[in-house]
Amino acid sequence: MPRPIQQPLTLFGVAQRGMSAQLVRMNAASSNLANAGSVSSTEAGSYRPIRPVFTQQFDAASGLSTVNVSAVVRSNAAPVKEHSPNHPLADANGDIWTAPVDENAEMVEMLDASRQYQNLVEALSTAKQLMLETMRMK
Amino acid sequence: MSQSLFGIHGKALELRSQRMGLITSNIANAGTPGYKARDIDFSAALSASERGAGTDRAAAGAIRFRVPVMPSMDGNTVEMATEQTAFAENAVAYQATLSFIRGRVENLTRALKGE
Repeated sequence: MPRPIQQPLTLFGVAQRGMSAQLVRMNAASSNLANAGSVSSTEAGSYRPIRPVFTQQFDAASGLSTVNVSAVVRSNAAPVKEHSPNHPLADANGDIWTAPVDENAEMVEMLDASRQYQNLVEALSTAKQLMLETMRMK
Repeated sequence: MSQSLFGIHGKALELRSQRMGLITSNIANAGTPGYKARDIDFSAALSASERGAGTDRAAAGAIRFRVPVMPSMDGNTVEMATEQTAFAENAVAYQATLSFIRGRVENLTRALKGE
């Protein structure tokens, strides 16, 4: 999945890749939130929360490093078994399996990702403004 | 040419721009496990380039790892408050250097026009 760096990385490339990584993280958290409480009739068929893995991507040409989403892994948390014989998805024993999503943890993840995205936007706009001022110099 | 025109400010501007990139790398990697935050020791880099090293080499030789106030469990040493302060300080210094250069350019243009 790592996208190779074609030209020497600039500050803008660093921020852009970092923002994409935070976006992947936000998407993963919202997928998990959307599937919170989803029910399955088998243990294996139950939804497992997904989580992106970030790694550092160093560009030797410019000395800068950016973020890369090296994988999106499924957590191996066990689904919650519940005895509910009247549920339409219940198996032969009358059990259903609920997705093991921790809503609080997902909300924290979401908040953290959006704060880091905002930090990058802030850094990007400051840098852009300074570069434009340098360009405008007569 | 640029050396005689802008003096120390030309080098300072280049180093400030490189430092800005490095701090942005830290901000981008705030959530990467095991990432070690780095920064340029600006005065060391500037005195190295004053001694005649190119700005790229001077900056590379003055890169230091940040000492975290409180290291986190995943080995990441980025602390947002530190990075944001460093970024703001660097942006202000960039602007200051830029206005020194702008003043120099204005002086020269005025001298050339003979106003």
